[in-house]
Amino acid sequence: MPEGTPRPFERQIHPGSGRRKAPKTPKGRQLDFEASEEVKALLGDRPRRPDLLIEHLHLIQDRYGHLAARHLRALAEEMNLPMAAVYEVASFYAHFDIVLEGEAPPPPLTIRVCDSLTCEMMGAQDILKALPKEVGDKVRVLPAPCMGRCASAPVAEVGHRHVDNATVESLVAAAAGDHRPAIPAYKDLAAYEGDGGYKLLRACLADERTPEELIEILSNASLRGLGGAGFPTGKKWQIVRGFAGPRLMSINADEGEPGTFKDRHYLESDPHRFLEGALIAAWAVGCERCYIYLRDEYPAVREILLQEIAKLEAAGLTKHCPLELRRGAGAYICGEESAMLESIEGKRGLPRHRPPYIAEIGLFGRPTLNQNVETMFWVRDIVEKGAEWFASHGRNGGKGLRSYSVSGRVKSPGVKLAPAGISVKELIEEFCDGMAEGHAFRAYLPGGASGGILPASKGDLPLEFGQLEKFNSFVGSHAVVILSDKDDLKAAALNLMRFFEDESCGQCTPCRNGTEKAVKLMSEKSWDAALLEELSQVMRDASICGLGQAAPNPLMSILKHFPEELK
Amino acid sequence: MVAVPKPEVVRFTLDGQDIEAQPDETIWAAAARYGTKIPHLCHSPEPGYRPDGNCRACMVEVEGERVLAASCIRTPRDGMVVKSASQRAEKARAMVFELLVADQPKRETSHDPESKFWHWAADIGVTESRFPVREQWKPDLSHPAMAVNLDACINCNLCVRACREVQVNDVIGMAFRNHGAKVIFDFDDPMGQSTCVACGECVQACPTGALMEANLLDDRGTRTQFADRTVDSLCPFCGVGCQTTVHVKDDKILYIDGRDGPANQNRLCVKGRFGWDYIYSPHRLTKPLIRRDDAPKRWDDQVDSMNPWTHFREATWEEALEKAAGGLNKVYEANGPKGLAGFGSAKGSNEEAYLFQKLIRTAFRTNNVDHCTRLCHASSVAALMEGIGSGAVTAPFGAAKDSDCMIIIGARPEQNHPVAATFLKNAAKRGAKIIVMDPRGQQISRYAYKSLQFKPGQDVALLNAMLHTIIEEGLTDQQYIQAHTSGFDDLKKMVKDFSPEAMAKVCGIDAATIRDVARTFARSERSIIFWGMGVSQHVHGTDNSRCLIALTMITGQIGRPGTGLHPLRGQNNVQGASDAGLIPMVYPDYKSVELEEVRQFYENLWDTKLDPKRGLTVVEIIDAILADEIKGMYVMGENPAMSDPDQTHARKALAKLECLVVQDIFLTETAWHADVVLPSSAHAEKWGSFTNTNREVQIGRPVAPPPGEARQDWELIQELANRLGLDWTYKHPKDVFTEMTEAMPSLKHITWDRLVREDAVTYPVDGPDVPGNEILFAEGFPTGDGRAKIVPAGLVPPDELPDEDYPLVLTTGRMLEHWHTGAMTRRATVLDALEPEAVASLNPFQLRTMGLEPGDMVKVATRRGEIALNVRADRDVPEGMVFIPFCFNEAAANMLTNPQLDPFGKIPEFKFCACKVEPLKAHAAAE
Repeated sequence: MPEGTPRPFERQIHPGSGRRKAPKTPKGRQLDFEASEEVKALLGDRPRRPDLLIEHLHLIQDRYGHLAARHLRALAEEMNLPMAAVYEVASFYAHFDIVLEGEAPPPPLTIRVCDSLTCEMMGAQDILKALPKEVGDKVRVLPAPCMGRCASAPVAEVGHRHVDNATVESLVAAAAGDHRPAIPAYKDLAAYEGDGGYKLLRACLADERTPEELIEILSNASLRGLGGAGFPTGKKWQIVRGFAGPRLMSINADEGEPGTFKDRHYLESDPHRFLEGALIAAWAVGCERCYIYLRDEYPAVREILLQEIAKLEAAGLTKHCPLELRRGAGAYICGEESAMLESIEGKRGLPRHRPPYIAEIGLFGRPTLNQNVETMFWVRDIVEKGAEWFASHGRNGGKGLRSYSVSGRVKSPGVKLAPAGISVKELIEEFCDGMAEGHAFRAYLPGGASGGILPASKGDLPLEFGQLEKFNSFVGSHAVVILSDKDDLKAAALNLMRFFEDESCGQCTPCRNGTEKAVKLMSEKSWDAALLEELSQVMRDASICGLGQAAPNPLMSILKHFPEELK
Repeated sequence: MVAVPKPEVVRFTLDGQDIEAQPDETIWAAAARYGTKIPHLCHSPEPGYRPDGNCRACMVEVEGERVLAASCIRTPRDGMVVKSASQRAEKARAMVFELLVADQPKRETSHDPESKFWHWAADIGVTESRFPVREQWKPDLSHPAMAVNLDACINCNLCVRACREVQVNDVIGMAFRNHGAKVIFDFDDPMGQSTCVACGECVQACPTGALMEANLLDDRGTRTQFADRTVDSLCPFCGVGCQTTVHVKDDKILYIDGRDGPANQNRLCVKGRFGWDYIYSPHRLTKPLIRRDDAPKRWDDQVDSMNPWTHFREATWEEALEKAAGGLNKVYEANGPKGLAGFGSAKGSNEEAYLFQKLIRTAFRTNNVDHCTRLCHASSVAALMEGIGSGAVTAPFGAAKDSDCMIIIGARPEQNHPVAATFLKNAAKRGAKIIVMDPRGQQISRYAYKSLQFKPGQDVALLNAMLHTIIEEGLTDQQYIQAHTSGFDDLKKMVKDFSPEAMAKVCGIDAATIRDVARTFARSERSIIFWGMGVSQHVHGTDNSRCLIALTMITGQIGRPGTGLHPLRGQNNVQGASDAGLIPMVYPDYKSVELEEVRQFYENLWDTKLDPKRGLTVVEIIDAILADEIKGMYVMGENPAMSDPDQTHARKALAKLECLVVQDIFLTETAWHADVVLPSSAHAEKWGSFTNTNREVQIGRPVAPPPGEARQDWELIQELANRLGLDWTYKHPKDVFTEMTEAMPSLKHITWDRLVREDAVTYPVDGPDVPGNEILFAEGFPTGDGRAKIVPAGLVPPDELPDEDYPLVLTTGRMLEHWHTGAMTRRATVLDALEPEAVASLNPFQLRTMGLEPGDMVKVATRRGEIALNVRADRDVPEGMVFIPFCFNEAAANMLTNPQLDPFGKIPEFKFCACKVEPLKAHAAAE
């Protein structure tokens, strides 16, 4: 080749080892343009704000039946989020099915069979064992935690349609039927307004009432937070109002405590009584926006709220505080208030450290009023009927009315509106028509999975806040599960610990590892009581949130109240 | 509620002792100050890490509280009674460890038996567990640099914070839940297939050895290699100037950690952390080489580093130095000073740069001395010198932490200044607005307020439209303009016709966006501009910088925290080498060689006569060789055969030299054309001071001796000097530094001893015991009249526009893994594994239209040459553009580039030329 002509481009000697080939793309998973178009179409003009991640994941899961990696990659791009941020959220919630490249998507239909305590007592494990063979490989059968229908245990969800008192046969039939949620008859806006509904809210909005006045009424009525913590409602309103705005409100409709179904009961029968209460609270506290966080296990309630909130918007009743319905995705921990806020922000439901409390630094860093559904349900009635009306109820030192979700071995389980402080024995006899045929009262859960297990001998204690704590127990969400002489208490405790093991968010060591170790130790024939006790203590002392702190309660109950079980 | 002012300090009781906590200080931190060591795993007290309180190893008892508190995250209140040593607290901590120990591999066979975890476990006496073991994760060994062994993971989340919050690379997550919670990369991908950029921050943060340097583990995954000493030094690569702690065993580097230097705060990137083993490459030069008599020079010579005997023979030092000095002397005798030139290096130390230019100026008596600053920021420096009388940054990149608005233009800091980029991303996460302006897209845009992918080469159109907007909309800082600037009226006149509406078509950015970013920049309380070679490497590079200076001046965005002008300097010591006078027009500290009084000062200092005329620049020197003017060169640590534009042209020049002396650690492409090759020392083998992009002068310390007979660079310069008739007697680099401080006012109050003591001193500094001035020009400028000169710029098109024959735009630059010409990084095992061969990046749609698949072999040609390489599908590259990194000599981008120069900075237009791409399918198939 003559001097001066550009040299032909032969591969030259170079300093690299030459052992590898150059990657064909920049690092990591690349964007699939078709998936990108599909996700864009699905999202439409919805905002791409990061707090909507879970909502957007639902859109994809609903449309495609699973979350394919290519869609997740496209969603990350569209929402300007790190892939890891999308994946960690999608993988945290039980109702999302991530399908990576090369993996098979789940079958088109999923049947979730509740295996929480009441359903397990009523035969859920038999269904879980027998059902897969019957429905074949076009249907996926999964165990799932409490669906809030314990009065009709065992229950299952076929697609989004719940089947009460389920049997293998009824589920096979349901699999062939309609998979949309069945909407129960409920009092809609017209009916509710016909009944004097929203007069109070309108009066508030017209400044005919004052927040101070309402707070006083609620305080005098001794209305307490009915999500489980029992914090006085009037006081909470007062505190949150005290912090500089903008303030936000959240409604905890993530009724996940096993055995609890009272919120669903009210939402499916008289949703506006709750909505009016919430809108009044928002007005009184000066909250600019209210997020209703509804568990994904309540699809019928979702339909109801979507419809009725739309009507309220049209009626102009939400101008002072728009209502935003958010959908959970299968995570018990999101019933913990700070975890719920994290979830509303589009993240994994990891409880926050306290202090600071959410009243001061809550949702999106703003002062936040968080209320349970039932608490808001009572606001109108208390204000209209007077503090005395509510406070006049009560027994054994309790004050007010409570909605006990009763399930298990009683003749007539269900939501029982009873005086606060009633004992379990009174509840069984006066409200549940006694024990179920052939069962003798042996033990009870006063407050769902986390409230511990008490023996029948302690059946005269008032089911009220602050009364059971000395027995490592609490009334919490007032979910009362009755166990009988036919039930295996160790198995019940293990069922509850398994539940906590599954639902632990995994953030802190005592809960993440503690529940896992506890399940292993409790699965042994003979329990190492000393080690379990030490383990319980560290979980109780050192877990970040109530889940881990309360998880050892049932275990401790067995050790303490049922020593005969350990022999 | 009335806001209660926070008290200055909080008084509380810890284990019966009354102590004070600073505002916002945690119990853990206060306790640590008082000497109480509370165990901690998920908490790192290092800068940038927020406490997370998840491991619960630091629980303490707070009187009156139902449950224990995590001391790492809890702040005390006045009067709080805290017990860290109570039985309850100690029991809880012990149980936490016992729960964790249960699932750990046995200490002896664990991945890191000396991990923080095992040290704490031993400290509190819990090294065994009564609990059953969980199912374990499988190892992930997919990454060449790091091993992932999640069986040792305690879910402490430090790696997630490292990746997402400290370095903001956003790869690691904590997915799933309960005890299934798992550290993941992207979508739970193998680390080596993820978007991981291998900064290794997670490895440095991991307390258990679950994430570790892969090279430390044996076949069973157990660490068997432990350092016998550590050396505090510096990263040898980019201009960020990260401080390092080098872990050494038997005089060999084992691994490198980031150190808490002012520029990096413990952070490193893939090059700094994993790119160190080039010094052990078998390609290292260990003996002097002399060109064989039977190996005549050819411009297309290629020499195998493993077998240089085709062209060279071994020589003794005496023979090689004699031959080198003799050859240069011969040229001097025949041609005088104008026959000689020298290229120093921005990779060497300040002392080496100073000695090198001193040698060229006093032994060769010419100012023909330059280095790669010419190819990097020469135009930026030209504009800065003209505008504000100083070529350095006015504020460190760390000013981002105080900034409200940051323009990043013509720079890709995540690739080229990765650690600096982390601080910009931190600022964006805090709420500062980043405005990215670059024809190519980049990851940092994810954090940007606006990202403007303008048409390549249309910087002035875009920037003038912003200037137009600011002036038209009255967003200027009139007081500042009147007090501190000159030339505003000329600017006003010039940009009058540059309305955003008129410029939108030219630069490809719509008018509303231009107006928005102009307003944002002007209205923000504190705005700063960062720029890189996308601005400087154009024929209008100086004009581009002038516009940036004008933007800053008319808005008064300078001289205050969070404001200023920051050209991101490319090489570890390009600031220092420029300061030291490795520039043909100026002596140290930018004193013009053409000013009589300056020259006299140096003639006195150096006791010699000096050349009164400015010398030639890099590209001019190459041209002068071909024009038979320059015949002899001394090149130290520079690689013009790779780095200069139009490589064929450059190599022809180098091959034509009568005498070429190359001093380097490798047989570089430049050394292929040498008469004498002098083996010298790598960064890790020498003492030296280095000045980073922030004006921080830092000390580098030797870690290992040079291999074989290789010698210190400063010694070699002195050896040559003394053979060229000088009489130098430096005994150590510190002697050189002392002489520099005499010549350079910028180094006032900085002594070698101070550098050794403090590790880093920012210049200028007002006293021997006060910190340096990070933010400059609060009160005027070091110009004749104390004012900044605003210089308007008009539109100058790129020199070579695409046409029918060459329809695409070629742009060149670096990539994350490879630095400069690749001489060092391609010989680093990890970096070579990550980016092993030449690639041309094109937009996936462009590839589709051309019928190409990613990975196909193509020919890329320009009017100057052609190369063959693989294509990469990269969405960041706009359609119509080709990006080729210039570090791969098997397909050297600079075979293609246009040597056309900016008239002021004399910098070539590396960022724009016309090219064409043709498939080479047959070639690809044959491979």
